[in-house]
Amino acid sequence: MKNLALTTALLLGLAGCATAPPPAASAHGPAQDALWLDRLTWGASSADLASLRSNGREAWLQAQLKPPGAAALPAAAQAQVQALAIVQQPLLPLVQQMEAQRKAADALTDDAAKAEAQKAYQQAMTRLAREASARQLLNALYSPNQLQEQMSWFWFNHFNVHQYKSNLRVMVGDYEQGLRERALGRFRDLLGYTAHHPAMLRYLDNEQNAANRINENYARELLELHTLGVGGGYSQKDVQELARVLTGLGVNLTDNRPRLKPAQEAQYRRVGLMEFNPARHDFGEKSLLGITVKGEGYAELEQVLDLLARHPSTARFVSRKLAQYFVADDPPPALVERMAERWQQSDGSIAEVLRAMVGSPEFEASLGRKFKDPTHYVVSAVRLAYADKVVLNTGPMIGWLYRLGQAPYNRQTPDGYPLDENAWAGPGQMTTRFEIARAIGSGSAGLFKVEGEAKDRPAFPQIAQPLYYDGIAPRLASATQQALGAATSPQEWNTYLLASPDFMHR
Amino acid sequence: MKRRHLLQLGLAGFGTAALPLRLWAAPGARADAPRLLVVFLRGAYDAANLLVPTSSSFYYEARPNIAIAKTAALPLDASWGLAPALADTIHPLWGKGQAAFVPFAGTNDVSRSHFETQDHIELGQPDEGSRDFRSGFMNRLAGVLGAGGVAGSRLEAMAFTDQVPLILRGDLAVANQALRDLGKPAISAAQAQVIAGMYAPTRLAGTVSGGFEVRDEVSREMAGEMEAASRGAIAAKGFALEARRVARLMRDRVTLGFIDVGGWDTHVGQGGATGQLATKLGELGKGLALFADEMGPQWNNTVVVVVSEFGRTFRENGNRGTDHGHGSAYWVLGGGVKGGRIAGEQVEVKAATLFQNRDYPVLNEYRALFGGLMRRMYGLNDAQLATVFPGASARDIGLV
Repeated sequence: MKNLALTTALLLGLAGCATAPPPAASAHGPAQDALWLDRLTWGASSADLASLRSNGREAWLQAQLKPPGAAALPAAAQAQVQALAIVQQPLLPLVQQMEAQRKAADALTDDAAKAEAQKAYQQAMTRLAREASARQLLNALYSPNQLQEQMSWFWFNHFNVHQYKSNLRVMVGDYEQGLRERALGRFRDLLGYTAHHPAMLRYLDNEQNAANRINENYARELLELHTLGVGGGYSQKDVQELARVLTGLGVNLTDNRPRLKPAQEAQYRRVGLMEFNPARHDFGEKSLLGITVKGEGYAELEQVLDLLARHPSTARFVSRKLAQYFVADDPPPALVERMAERWQQSDGSIAEVLRAMVGSPEFEASLGRKFKDPTHYVVSAVRLAYADKVVLNTGPMIGWLYRLGQAPYNRQTPDGYPLDENAWAGPGQMTTRFEIARAIGSGSAGLFKVEGEAKDRPAFPQIAQPLYYDGIAPRLASATQQALGAATSPQEWNTYLLASPDFMHR
Repeated sequence: MKRRHLLQLGLAGFGTAALPLRLWAAPGARADAPRLLVVFLRGAYDAANLLVPTSSSFYYEARPNIAIAKTAALPLDASWGLAPALADTIHPLWGKGQAAFVPFAGTNDVSRSHFETQDHIELGQPDEGSRDFRSGFMNRLAGVLGAGGVAGSRLEAMAFTDQVPLILRGDLAVANQALRDLGKPAISAAQAQVIAGMYAPTRLAGTVSGGFEVRDEVSREMAGEMEAASRGAIAAKGFALEARRVARLMRDRVTLGFIDVGGWDTHVGQGGATGQLATKLGELGKGLALFADEMGPQWNNTVVVVVSEFGRTFRENGNRGTDHGHGSAYWVLGGGVKGGRIAGEQVEVKAATLFQNRDYPVLNEYRALFGGLMRRMYGLNDAQLATVFPGASARDIGLV
């Protein structure tokens, strides 16, 4: 009985997509094309598959690498983004407003009232970070510029900051937006952007770094994690010298500027919340990676960032990490070498490096073999379940990402979340994923609950779409097909598909 | 069409192939294998109001509003008293010689940053040089004990937390599950079997079946809890509930455990003999006493170490609280612990002995301390200890 009802339901779903054979602009089969899309997007969609099938991969990739402009989200998603405080207000006034709230709370003398006010402040801060998460997820789900969105995530992770340090919760949204805008541009621009952003300067303590009171934290990570990489050919001495270059580069949350000697006035810089304070800078000569850096103040920074961005170790280190994210946990060295070459030829153009990667035989051969990290898992599941039906609440997704250990902006350490399977395929992780598969597969899962309304608006996963029939079903492993065959309800069928090893990979 | 056909296939002929790579060893590990539970108080608890330096007049000068009076503190020895919030829980263990405290304990890290120092402790790597954020010291310990085949210490490690914490990350796959809120598993047993079947031919076969196994084991253990509750046992709440659940698993299965407790960052209005910190300590003590009780005879093979990233400023601040400091005090509890004493290197508590004129100094470095303890507990040799704590030398202060 049950099976009969299910079969009927599925056939009805199928009726809408009984299409003519797809045009053959792509040289590959639709299942292979779907896998290719799975890699370059947050989960293939029917729309992308159709566009790729009719226009070919090259046209699709070109549009992704050089997006025509800011992404146009569907209206229902755009409206949610527009309503966010982090979108309505620029960073500086937002930070100052939160600072005022914090100080007012701290100034209270009654312990109970103070605790209450401090709690309210903390909640407001957390709300701002959640807004940023919501925007990130809405973009990942619905932006047509899917590759740019993946790269935004990649760069945030590469130049990682942790939301719970100091007041970073108010800054992470702004930090991420700047990375998004630069995600496919030149590495030098990304590096310069992060080196001037208050979130980074605060997270890695460079605001504490001053002449004769050196804090090496940012200098070390700049070399080890952001550019050359461990073993990239720098020494402890280079770290110390770089730290001296970075002295005086900090954060100023106020509208005031420090009192300076007249001779130093011209050296002072202020952009947004970033401040270069010459009174804190070490103006001595430095020697870094074999280059002499004259004590010139702010100009030293630009000189050194040029040096780091163009260093061959940086080309190799970051190319390898890109390949690790997009190709394999242990990417083929020959591929990394070709990407690094392209990097140097193009002066660190990320779009060019990605093009070299995507066009490689190694990339093609790796399709379907990369284990999804939690963000890929959750986002691709919701994209598959609801396609263009825009979710009204990203809260459940944020919750799932917390449970899976990859919540937005929540990696404490500067190395960012790991990109390899070992970090994510543990036993606890897998059972949690299955529970999430069930939650998504069984109904609206809170994704359609509008704040202030008592219940979810009605919604149910619609997996029976062209993507499934053309792109997924033909490549399912036989054990998965058997499990799907054993499903006793649409809910269970959805759960099994989302829990399958096939769906855990991209 | 194909789909319809598949739906009719059902589970017939579904392989129940042997699932290799078990996460947990089959029962049979020696029942009296040593158990170690590390409890991490995240946020840096105020050690000076746990272990009260009752003989120090400087303590009373430095903390006009938050000091614990000598008459209120529970007597430990001539120099120290215990927070009265622990009267019914930890103080009795002290009386039985099952609780020791190590004051002036901590790291050489002076960043006074919660994250920095927590990471530092959990990684257990040398103070200098770059760190490997994928290798925590408890994972290395599990590796050494498991791989080395040390008699009777076949380890089953588990983090009782939502994520596998840094301290347990590394080469060895470690189970994790927070025991705070245990709902009924959403995936039924039948569904679990179908899902495990999908993974049977894949390299994740053992991981998936092992994950379900851990889940079921936790469920079974907790069924006992429901039974006890139905017989009228007092229901535990909060940390006490968690601690009792941890005990059930450590009694029967897990030999290396980790749990963390947050909320110790008392910058404002922390209180003294009563108040915010006393309440937290009371909950913690209650949980640990319940843990000891629930372990039953296994308590004799168990050591609980309570640590925190650093201590707090010795002088109270302008908000009747304390700020980030340096030296802390670690707790060592267990049936076999040589307790009833204040252990390790000590110094008189006065202004002149403070570190940077503000904090307790660190005289008992945590890696040396844990190394010494592990040598005693597991009989680790120098090479094994060097794997767990590279570059550190163990210091045995006879804790067990």
